[in-house]
Amino acid sequence: MSQKIVQGVPMPGWPMRAFKGLVLLVFCAAVIIPFVGVISTSVAPNKQINESGGLVLFPKSVNFAAYESLFAGGVVTRALFVSIFVTVVGTLLSLTVSCLLAYALSRPGFSAGRPILLVVLFSMLFSPGIIPTYLVVKGVGLLDSIWALIVPTMVSAFNVIVLRAFFMNLPNEITESARIDGAGELKTFGYIVLPLSKAVLSVIGLFYAVAYWNAFFSALLYLNDSKLWPLQLVLRTYVINDTQLGSAELGTELLPPQASIQMAILVVSIVPILIIYPFLQRHFAKGVLTGAVKG
Amino acid sequence: MLQRSKTRQQQQLSLGQRLLRDKVLLLFALPGTALIVAFHYVPLLGNVIAFKDYQPFLGIGGSDWSGWENFAVIFNGDPAFLRALKNTLILTCLQSIFVFPAPILLALLLNSLFSERIKRIAQSILYLPHFMSWVIVVALFQQMLGGGGLLNNYLRSHDLATLDIIGNSELFHVLLTSQIIWKDTGWATILFLAALSQIDSQLYEAASVDGASRMRQLWHVTMPGLRGIIILLFILRLGDSLTVGFEQIILQQQAVGRDVSEVLDTYVYNNGVIGGAWGVAAAVGLVKGIVGVVLVLAANKVAHIFGEQGVYSR
Repeated sequence: MSQKIVQGVPMPGWPMRAFKGLVLLVFCAAVIIPFVGVISTSVAPNKQINESGGLVLFPKSVNFAAYESLFAGGVVTRALFVSIFVTVVGTLLSLTVSCLLAYALSRPGFSAGRPILLVVLFSMLFSPGIIPTYLVVKGVGLLDSIWALIVPTMVSAFNVIVLRAFFMNLPNEITESARIDGAGELKTFGYIVLPLSKAVLSVIGLFYAVAYWNAFFSALLYLNDSKLWPLQLVLRTYVINDTQLGSAELGTELLPPQASIQMAILVVSIVPILIIYPFLQRHFAKGVLTGAVKG
Repeated sequence: MLQRSKTRQQQQLSLGQRLLRDKVLLLFALPGTALIVAFHYVPLLGNVIAFKDYQPFLGIGGSDWSGWENFAVIFNGDPAFLRALKNTLILTCLQSIFVFPAPILLALLLNSLFSERIKRIAQSILYLPHFMSWVIVVALFQQMLGGGGLLNNYLRSHDLATLDIIGNSELFHVLLTSQIIWKDTGWATILFLAALSQIDSQLYEAASVDGASRMRQLWHVTMPGLRGIIILLFILRLGDSLTVGFEQIILQQQAVGRDVSEVLDTYVYNNGVIGGAWGVAAAVGLVKGIVGVVLVLAANKVAHIFGEQGVYSR
């Protein structure tokens, strides 16, 4: 009975609280330490890397030699451009196509709305299989084309449903008054609906962007030409499979130790996500996605 | 009044007239619908090659029909197929036992924190791995636990025996499971936390006034609040039970060999795209897909029998 009461619930005793804190701490450390290790090693001096036998947690000094060799115009530079192109162009196309479809499906009087919605919803229930999808991509001539990384995954049915739910929750009076003022569907969509949907557009856009940036399977499946490889495939070849990166591949004579080059490649593929992560996070708090899913 | 006159107007228009009226909206919907049809529904037709002796240079139409021949690996129990099936089932069991409940426990822990600030910081950290690709996750695990990784360097510098974790075929299934836990547990708490926030706090107060201990509150107030979402996610998980992670496994297959790492998806990829046995691979993929849909429908049925809502209502 001597327990402290917080928000109407008795506070647990200190052993329980200590246990919880410990579990949480271990979990968080398991997430953070790998990132710190990789970033530190990519900038650590050679001598320290060799002494530690691989990974360094606390670099004694900082140098960017590894990054200079990566950006000298070799394999990694090219892969970076491929990944940036796929992410930027893919996200813009995905957002445009998904929003148009979601808007049409959100209009109450749209005569073809019901059947098209069923087509979208039903596609989430099954996956078409690796081989048949490969044959379709091959059939439309996308094999060994950079567009194979964009076109097959351009529309996510799930994202369309989330966008539609958001558009439907916009107050009807606004679109109705636009119509009375003589605005057509295109104007209503472009001048009324889109500006009101910035929050959901940025979340869905970031989700698409992360998916494009991280795409590995489609690149592995559809691209034989290593000139078209995105960063993820380069990462697999030179970091996971430990293939040596020489001056021929890097396009420079400057050669820091493999360990720091490898870690620098990892950092280059992680950092863009770390940069957009705070933006993504701000919207989790608003519950944009969970709200839409439950609705 | 307005509503009624509108519907009457709609009834008067023929389908053709209505489609003509909606031509702008149809145009809006066209590209997205076309892409979904092209890359979700058209491939379904491509499954006919499961019944053909498919030769790429002849095309689907030109290849000969072969009946159920391609399905022989399944019905006759080809050793390579059985190996893939066995690994898939082992991994799916491990995932159901260890991966599925992890976010529920973590969400309960996060929810029971009194400091909003600590909760928010922990969430920011724990959600992060979800946004990393499998290539990055596998590389990070190598750097941490591999032969030259952080853990073994530490052990070596303190003259302790090193641990052979990465590339050890005996530990491969455990490694895969722990990678999934590391990557997705934090993110998966989102849905459970949303459900927990919906529980009326008066229920807890009433329970504690009635003398319910914290354990009893957990059992009689919290768990009923989570039951719907847990059942929903378990049904979806069941439908995916033959899908145990393609990218993750293909990235690490070389190091441990196919005996422990071949699963149905990698079997399809290795035999079809790499090995050229298109028909057999498509047959295995087709059966896998059908089993998945059947499992979801069956699990949903069971949920209905027990009076739960499931994925869709009756």
